Amino acid sequence: MTALLGAIMGRLPIGWLQLIHSKTRLAAAMAGVAFANILVLVQLGIMGSLNNSILISYDLLDADIMISAENANTLTEGDNVARQRMFQALAVPGVQSALPFYVATADWERADGETTAFTTFGIDPKGAAFLNEELAPFVPLLRLRDTAVVDRGARGVDPDTLASISPGNPLRFEVSGVTLSAVDTMVGGGGFAGDGYMLVSDQTFHRIFANRSTGAPDHILVKIAADADPDAVLARLQAQFDGTGLRVRGFQDAALEDQAYQTTERPTGLIFGFGVVIGILVGIVIVYQILSTDVADHLAEYATFKAMGYGQSMFLGIVLEQAVILGILGFVPGVIVSWLLYEMLGAVTGLPVELTVATTAAVFAGTIIACLVSGAIATRRLAAADPADLF
Amino acid sequence: MDAPVHTPALPVVAAPPSIRVAGLNHWFGTGEARKQALFDVDLTVGAGSLTVLMGPSGSGKTTVLTLMGCLRDVQDGSVELLGHELNGAREADLVLYRRRLGFIFQAHNLHESLTARQNVMMGLQVHGHDNEAVQRKAAAHILSALGLDDRLDYLPGNLSGGQKQRVAVARALVGNPAIVFADEPTAALDKESGMTVVRILKELGRQRGTTTMMVTHDNRILELADRIVTMEDGRIVKDTAP
Repeated sequence: MTALLGAIMGRLPIGWLQLIHSKTRLAAAMAGVAFANILVLVQLGIMGSLNNSILISYDLLDADIMISAENANTLTEGDNVARQRMFQALAVPGVQSALPFYVATADWERADGETTAFTTFGIDPKGAAFLNEELAPFVPLLRLRDTAVVDRGARGVDPDTLASISPGNPLRFEVSGVTLSAVDTMVGGGGFAGDGYMLVSDQTFHRIFANRSTGAPDHILVKIAADADPDAVLARLQAQFDGTGLRVRGFQDAALEDQAYQTTERPTGLIFGFGVVIGILVGIVIVYQILSTDVADHLAEYATFKAMGYGQSMFLGIVLEQAVILGILGFVPGVIVSWLLYEMLGAVTGLPVELTVATTAAVFAGTIIACLVSGAIATRRLAAADPADLF
Repeated sequence: MDAPVHTPALPVVAAPPSIRVAGLNHWFGTGEARKQALFDVDLTVGAGSLTVLMGPSGSGKTTVLTLMGCLRDVQDGSVELLGHELNGAREADLVLYRRRLGFIFQAHNLHESLTARQNVMMGLQVHGHDNEAVQRKAAAHILSALGLDDRLDYLPGNLSGGQKQRVAVARALVGNPAIVFADEPTAALDKESGMTVVRILKELGRQRGTTTMMVTHDNRILELADRIVTMEDGRIVKDTAP
């Protein structure tokens, strides 16, 4: 390693040699950097799971445009939309079809006394085309009253029980006084707003949520004709509903706006975002402390190098070399421990926590930059290395 | 301010001077705490000579050494080093001048995480030339000459005080400096080792014209000096050839 670094740098890798000279200090430094990495990665993981869980709701659907109330910042928030708007939308050139979409949270009080909150989608069985390819085949099963397709990853529910569900072996359970028959399972996943998803017909939806009106869906989903210009149709719909207190957005835009709202304006997103910032600051402070102590401990040696005619750039090089090496050495255990924590977190909470290559690469780059910043600050102590004091 | 003391006549130097000091004054501190450490010091040191600077603690000999070694800014007077005026010189130039000098400190100041050989190589790397193989060979050669051929890859922590000092000497000399500034270089050495170091410095002066300025209290090595300059209270009070 020493020879390799020496060849890369064209000089003795003094920073590296200094680091490995004290194994205990190196181990402590690595642990410090790893700790900061774990802090950042776990916060990012939870934040990422928030982002993923928001998108899952939208991924279960298949639409081009969504018409919502102006205050509907998320899929489940905001006022309802009058059903008649759907008919107005259908009259707009380029609109192929439209569907009233109902969504609400239904609590299943299980036999064990715990509750599973299902984010429940109410869909007109004629609107199978508005579901994704995996869900669409379930629609015929929903034509029967009080039938449901439930999330096989629903948090808190015995996985074996969910796995045993089939049209021939339905799971009966009660929600809001209505006995439902789960006839199949779908892939969804727990999120921050619910423990899993449930798909029912619009009729069943209104039996569960008796206070909801069929004339007031949460959103109206729109599909555009294949030969129509999507932007032009969107613009026409926006013009059509201008001043009505409705938002007309592209479906993907709606998903991204929901994500942005929940991560930047809701406490959950802000807390985890703040956690990332704290993690970065903790990392910078830890590395700064390590490097600055190291500089202080070697002040006489640096002063000797100054006396010998070495310039400031050489000392800067040594400290930054140490910063980068610490960043790399600390990052590896940090990622391994974070990955284990992700697995544990996913298993315990059912949240879609995933350590992606992009996140890993971004955190690595951030680690190196943070270490370099710490190193650059630590080099200020080098000014105290006065060769005249050596005599 | 104390009255200036007339310095004794300097011996005639045959070789061109390595160092020429004229009217050098120096102060430490500021305001009320400002204290003059050197008073009108004049000194000319010929190339290849071994000059010993003696005097009690606080007499100013270390201050003179650090000023001549480009380690402090010259405040008043002139210090000419190898033909370069140091008074008013830019920091970047002082760094370059220092590369032509060798320093041997009383506290050896070896880099604890570098081996003896690597410490000595640092004395070569500052010049930015020669590949690593050449540097390794040169470092091994000079360490062997100082009796450390079996300690090349030892860390300073595993060397005795005398061995560390010899590594420091090797580091100062390996770059073939024009002038060597040494502060009590024999303090940590036994008589034999101390004499060896001084003989090497003396031989370098004879063969390469290396000038040595040495602060010492070690009377054992005075007989090898070409010149003994004694300072008291910031002034040169005696300048003799043994």
